[in-house]
Amino acid sequence: MAVAAIREYSFTPLDLEEKFHGNRLLYVGWEDHLMFCAPFAFPLPSSMTFRDLVEKVLPPVYGYHPDFARIDWAAVQWFKSGQPWQPQWDESLEKNGLRHKDVIRFRTPGLTGLQGSCS
Amino acid sequence: MDMQVAKKKLGLKEKYQVMTRDLNWTPTYQKMEDIYPYVHYEGIKIHDWDRWEDPFRLTMDAYWKYQAEKEKKLYAIIDAYAQNNGHLNVTDARYINTVKLFLTGVSPLEYMAHRGFAHVGRAFPGPGPRVACLMQSLDEMRHFQTQVHAISNYNKYYNGFHDFRQWHDRVWYLSVPKSFFDDAITAGPFEFMVAIGFSFEYVLTNLLFVPFVSGAAYNGDMGTMAYGFSAQSDEARHMTLGLEVIKFILEQDPDNLPIVQRWIDKWTWRGYRVLTLVAMMMDYMLPKRTMSWKEAWEIYFEENGGALFRDLSRYGIRMPKCAETIRFEKDHLSHQAWCTFYNYTAATAFHTWIPTEDEMQWLSAKYPDSFDKYYRPRWEFWREQAAKGNRFYNTTLPMLCQTCQIPMLFTEPGDPTKICYRETDYKGMKYHFCSDHCKEIFEHEPEKYVQAWLPVHQIYQGNCFPEGTDPSAEGFDPLKAVLQWYNVVHGRDNLDFDGSEDQRNFAAWRAQATRNV
Amino acid sequence: MSTVFIAFQTNEETRPIIEAIVEDNPHARVNEAPAMVKIDADGRLIVKRSSIEERLGREFDLQELHVNLISLSGNIEEDEDQFVLVWKN
Repeated sequence: MAVAAIREYSFTPLDLEEKFHGNRLLYVGWEDHLMFCAPFAFPLPSSMTFRDLVEKVLPPVYGYHPDFARIDWAAVQWFKSGQPWQPQWDESLEKNGLRHKDVIRFRTPGLTGLQGSCS
Repeated sequence: MDMQVAKKKLGLKEKYQVMTRDLNWTPTYQKMEDIYPYVHYEGIKIHDWDRWEDPFRLTMDAYWKYQAEKEKKLYAIIDAYAQNNGHLNVTDARYINTVKLFLTGVSPLEYMAHRGFAHVGRAFPGPGPRVACLMQSLDEMRHFQTQVHAISNYNKYYNGFHDFRQWHDRVWYLSVPKSFFDDAITAGPFEFMVAIGFSFEYVLTNLLFVPFVSGAAYNGDMGTMAYGFSAQSDEARHMTLGLEVIKFILEQDPDNLPIVQRWIDKWTWRGYRVLTLVAMMMDYMLPKRTMSWKEAWEIYFEENGGALFRDLSRYGIRMPKCAETIRFEKDHLSHQAWCTFYNYTAATAFHTWIPTEDEMQWLSAKYPDSFDKYYRPRWEFWREQAAKGNRFYNTTLPMLCQTCQIPMLFTEPGDPTKICYRETDYKGMKYHFCSDHCKEIFEHEPEKYVQAWLPVHQIYQGNCFPEGTDPSAEGFDPLKAVLQWYNVVHGRDNLDFDGSEDQRNFAAWRAQATRNV
Repeated sequence: MSTVFIAFQTNEETRPIIEAIVEDNPHARVNEAPAMVKIDADGRLIVKRSSIEERLGREFDLQELHVNLISLSGNIEEDEDQFVLVWKN
């Protein structure tokens, strides 16, 4: 379905990957920890390894939460677009199949936020 | 010699006929479709514009008379308020932040409404709706002007009022009301009328103006009460126009029903999402509260809106689809919104704070099913950390909904512990949404929303820094650059109310007003 | 039954209007909020010019209602003598 319009109506999307100076957008959400009010948007090089994402990018972002230091990363469940998903830690984001504007989430079993409130 | 004959005064109906309908003519030099090129392409079928009813039958002469009276009353109060340093009578200077949000978020929309109604008034071939739209267009300009005058008063004393025009185009949370109205004004004339005239004015503005403006009065802000209620006095006419439009369109042709229903579904949701800001104003930002957001929603949407949609059911119209989702959200909306601003307080042009213990008790009482369970632990943790000098600042940019442009802060209907994620693919790219409703709106007109100017993505594309900024330079601080581009002064306009210049000034001025110093 | 309502600013101009409405609509409920009065009524609410004029002691044009009106809900039926709000169900 398209817009009802008086003449042809088609536009270039504003957020094509080439607009991001060599990066691509990746969205990341931590389940059951809504003290961080929304998932995050990161502009990242597609060559970055998944390990670097977890070990370098995420700690300053989520480290404020007392649960973050308690995460057992081996037990973490990952989801891509809501479906269970298994990342390869030492492969690049590209090799992990993460395209521009993909969304991943992680669930940390046993950790359910401040006083179990999912905050 | 002519005899002077006593003129018989025209009745309301005759006067309306003479001064509105009789001013219309059928063109002969030009074709109707050339004069009114926008009335057909949306698919709405109108057979007889004369069937339009204007229940108020207001004519232009009476319009000017009553509007002039409203203006005189309004400016008498505004002047008295300014002359008497009325701003020092508000309950608590935190309150001023609701006014900042209102005047920077809503006032620019009044101007857009002025443009919108002028445009659609021109587009309709019928004289009845044309005159009604002309009046509303003038009303909206009046609202905008009086609100700008109000801004100028507050701007003499408080931070966060100095650049509302630029903020409307640039600041992330103001892209929510801006994109809402831009969406409406770029639609066809009938959709605009259903969007703004009906869904926003009739179904939702009571929630924006009535409890909030009454709340302003309750908090001692005569200025906001004056411009708020003065604007609202035009609202009854706008609401009536909105309802009339719906009835008129539906009576004209049965094919119009599915189109109108889709617009009502879309625009009730779009408007409701904008009101997220009002929800948190009512529950968190007004120091003295008249009612909770949830109570206001129940009265003005569930009760009044329920009556409205029962009335419209004779045309086949049903309650907007989103009503069910909103029912789940009403216990959570204001809390999730204020938490978001607490997260991102460094990037706002107003102050935030943690609710006091008393206020948390009020929230527990008003939200027995949600506040203590889901939100109090957050506030208590943040309070504890702030007391230790470790105030929580979220400095990573959030994921936004492609349609409403709000950070993805909303939870699944029925499960307040899970963020609601929705996505779709369009021409090889993914798009994300906060809800089924925003997703459906996108999927119906993807070409419109792929153009969305999403503040987070624009920042990452490098479009939100002052000219000449080099984001690849050593030690580049993106937040600082973005605030400069906004013209928001870090440490003065943003961050916590506690410790702010507004707080210090208010305390000092109030002390001067009550003591000889 | 569906509720109609009308809300006015609280001031000296609206006091006689509100009194007239209350008298002409025994089923109406008056809710006072800061700076405003909201009158709810099941199904129908009538505002009569004559009742307002009686209290004001002068002629009153029902369009003067607009000056202090805050909001309303319901279908409107208006002529020179009365202003009616009604839901048709």
